[in-house]
Amino acid sequence: MSAVPIPIAQLPADDDWPRPDRGTVAMFSLIVAESAIFLIFVIAYVYYIGRSLSGPTPRQVLDVPVFNTVCLLSSSFTIWLAERAIRKRAMGAFTAWWALTVALGAIFLAGTGIEWHKLIYQDGLTISTNLFGTTFYSLVGLHASHVIAGILMLSLVLIFALTGKLKPEHGHRVEVLALYWHFVDAVWVVVFTVVYLIGR
Amino acid sequence: MADSTLPAGGALDLPSAGEAHPEGERSGGWLETLHSWVTTVDHKRLGLMYIGYGVFFLLIGGLEAMIIRIQLLRPQNNFVSPEVFNRMFTMHGTTMVFLVGMTLIIGFANYLVPLMIGARDMAFPRLNAFSFWMTALGGLLLYYSFIGGVGLQGAGSAPDFTWWAYAPLTEKAFSRGHTADYWALALIVSGFGTVGAAINIIATTASMRCKGMTLLRMPLLVWLNLVVAGMILIVITPLTAAQIMLLIDRYLGGHFFDSQAGGAPLLWFHFFWIFGHPEVYVLVLPAFAIANEVIPVFSRKAIFGYPAMVAASVGIGVISLGVWAHHMFTVGMTSAGNAFFVLSTGLVGVPTGIKIFNWLATMWGGKIRFATPMLFCTAFIIQFLFAGLTGIMLSIAPWNWQLHGSYFVVAHFHYVLVGAIVFCIFAGFYYWYPKMTGKMLDEHLGKLHFWLFVIGFHLTFDTMHIPGLLGMPRWIYTYEADRGWNTYNMVVGIGGFIQAIAILIFAYNLVHSYFRGADAGPDPWDAWTLEWATASPPPAYNFAVEPVVASRRPLWDLKHPEDTDSRYE
Repeated sequence: MSAVPIPIAQLPADDDWPRPDRGTVAMFSLIVAESAIFLIFVIAYVYYIGRSLSGPTPRQVLDVPVFNTVCLLSSSFTIWLAERAIRKRAMGAFTAWWALTVALGAIFLAGTGIEWHKLIYQDGLTISTNLFGTTFYSLVGLHASHVIAGILMLSLVLIFALTGKLKPEHGHRVEVLALYWHFVDAVWVVVFTVVYLIGR
Repeated sequence: MADSTLPAGGALDLPSAGEAHPEGERSGGWLETLHSWVTTVDHKRLGLMYIGYGVFFLLIGGLEAMIIRIQLLRPQNNFVSPEVFNRMFTMHGTTMVFLVGMTLIIGFANYLVPLMIGARDMAFPRLNAFSFWMTALGGLLLYYSFIGGVGLQGAGSAPDFTWWAYAPLTEKAFSRGHTADYWALALIVSGFGTVGAAINIIATTASMRCKGMTLLRMPLLVWLNLVVAGMILIVITPLTAAQIMLLIDRYLGGHFFDSQAGGAPLLWFHFFWIFGHPEVYVLVLPAFAIANEVIPVFSRKAIFGYPAMVAASVGIGVISLGVWAHHMFTVGMTSAGNAFFVLSTGLVGVPTGIKIFNWLATMWGGKIRFATPMLFCTAFIIQFLFAGLTGIMLSIAPWNWQLHGSYFVVAHFHYVLVGAIVFCIFAGFYYWYPKMTGKMLDEHLGKLHFWLFVIGFHLTFDTMHIPGLLGMPRWIYTYEADRGWNTYNMVVGIGGFIQAIAILIFAYNLVHSYFRGADAGPDPWDAWTLEWATASPPPAYNFAVEPVVASRRPLWDLKHPEDTDSRYE
């Protein structure tokens, strides 16, 4: 039961021991978990299409938010340009593309706000009106809350970039954060399809 | 890859705990000790806090079980009121699954995974601390409902709608007061903690492995916890989503599960069991993981069929995602739906069967040492087999229609949860307590604990099948004397008392051995995985030099340089 004498072997030369990056692994894990949450809300939305006992119905009140969608999806492109810039150590270009990404996200949020304002005050659709209202505000709101979280984190990076605290060495962390933003954009494609194309 | 190397300075007799723990010598008073534990990001301390938290709630949940059993001891008993009875079985279930099972398995994973893969800490130590404190907050919220749950007309002071909380029972109209809110919030919060821990475990296993630790050289405990962490990501989150929907219903007037407005309570059933059934495997795979480490070491043989064990674990994880509706045969699904879930449930029996055969083959011809950890694991194999067989019986839809909601089901899943999971967790305690504290758990008390627990377990849960077959429903507050269930319930209750005594002996042993136990030394069991290569308890940095491994049993290689595993793998 006591200690066993153990010969110590020579430490090998510092070979390559490649392992995946922990930040990327963790972000992909988070994305998988978040996808499951969205999946459940999407299932609920699809299941309740056409089951509301009273109006208004999606066809009566929903307009397809084309401009919003273009803004959000192109923000995925601008953030990719920002990632490319920081890899090339071009901090000026990075800051510009990053700021544009934040702006596009903010436009999307504002568009959602305008849409909800119209739905609530003109069409009288709230979360407690009928099943459509419950599922619509939940699903779109879940996505919007992810956009808000994303914009907060992107803005933090933007502040660091503007104050010169962000260095090209942080490029990798920025890329991990960008993964989250790509995810938020990709989820919108699903939400958009389900709510505005299939559900309407 | 070169030969295995160890941080040890030529021998395994490493610095004693005092030297290895310089912070232990800083005698700054209890306040400083408390501060160091609250602010810690060390995976070992967080693991111990998870485990301590789990043991605490194990005692609470056990107390609730005893209240249930005392009430059912005799027909027409009035030990507690029907309302209290409902709260007791709800809180017992919720506590045991979320506050005991989850915290204990995550605690062991937290403590052992970095040590076993030769890492200094988890990939994200601060996320780790965050996860623990979220889990702790979840438990507090749940139990605060006893105090703060009283709402309108004094209705309800703890959740009383069973642990799966079928809608619309949880809707505002039927659950007044705030008990359902505390229940939902507690599980959302602890769910965040669990998902954070899972992300951490995945990142740690992927990115923190020491040199030479390829995926197929990882100890099986690490493999199984990796599978479990992957499952947690997609299993706990549906519950979180459903709880958010429930809170939207309760607070914002939504209609997700409100049948008055066209909502479908059935949707809650599906969402809950999409979480609820894989959750069983989330709990049982880490129990298997403990058996995978204990059985080879005490049989003095390498695990039989390592690749098959890995494949079977991944297989269980995948199949378990497609079996949830076998909890819902009585809901009234289509024949095709019934057939699908009967067959998919039967399919789980294949990888679990592979595992049982591999454990038996590991023991076969081995030089078995029946120390307490091995006793628990041996009982586990037999009991898990029985539990699996009654599970296959219940997965047959017509049989299920007959027995759904009866005590047969209760007996079946307690056979899994206690007979398999709790037994393996006890084995894990006896096996790793020396590593965690530097002291051996008392072997006499351990054997007494084992035999009392195994006798109490079989008295309770073997017997419980029979009133189930005779038609005794679950959740009933009391029963008439002429139903023929009296003796069985009396025996079940007596078995419960014996188990309670055993658990108290175990709790006493934990405390007693910490102060009076024999010194363990770094490697008391002559084991083969990396955690035994460092001091007991390990220093904050785990390994002075990053280890290098060349096989699945690095310590075997070092102890037997003439016959290393790396030559055969």
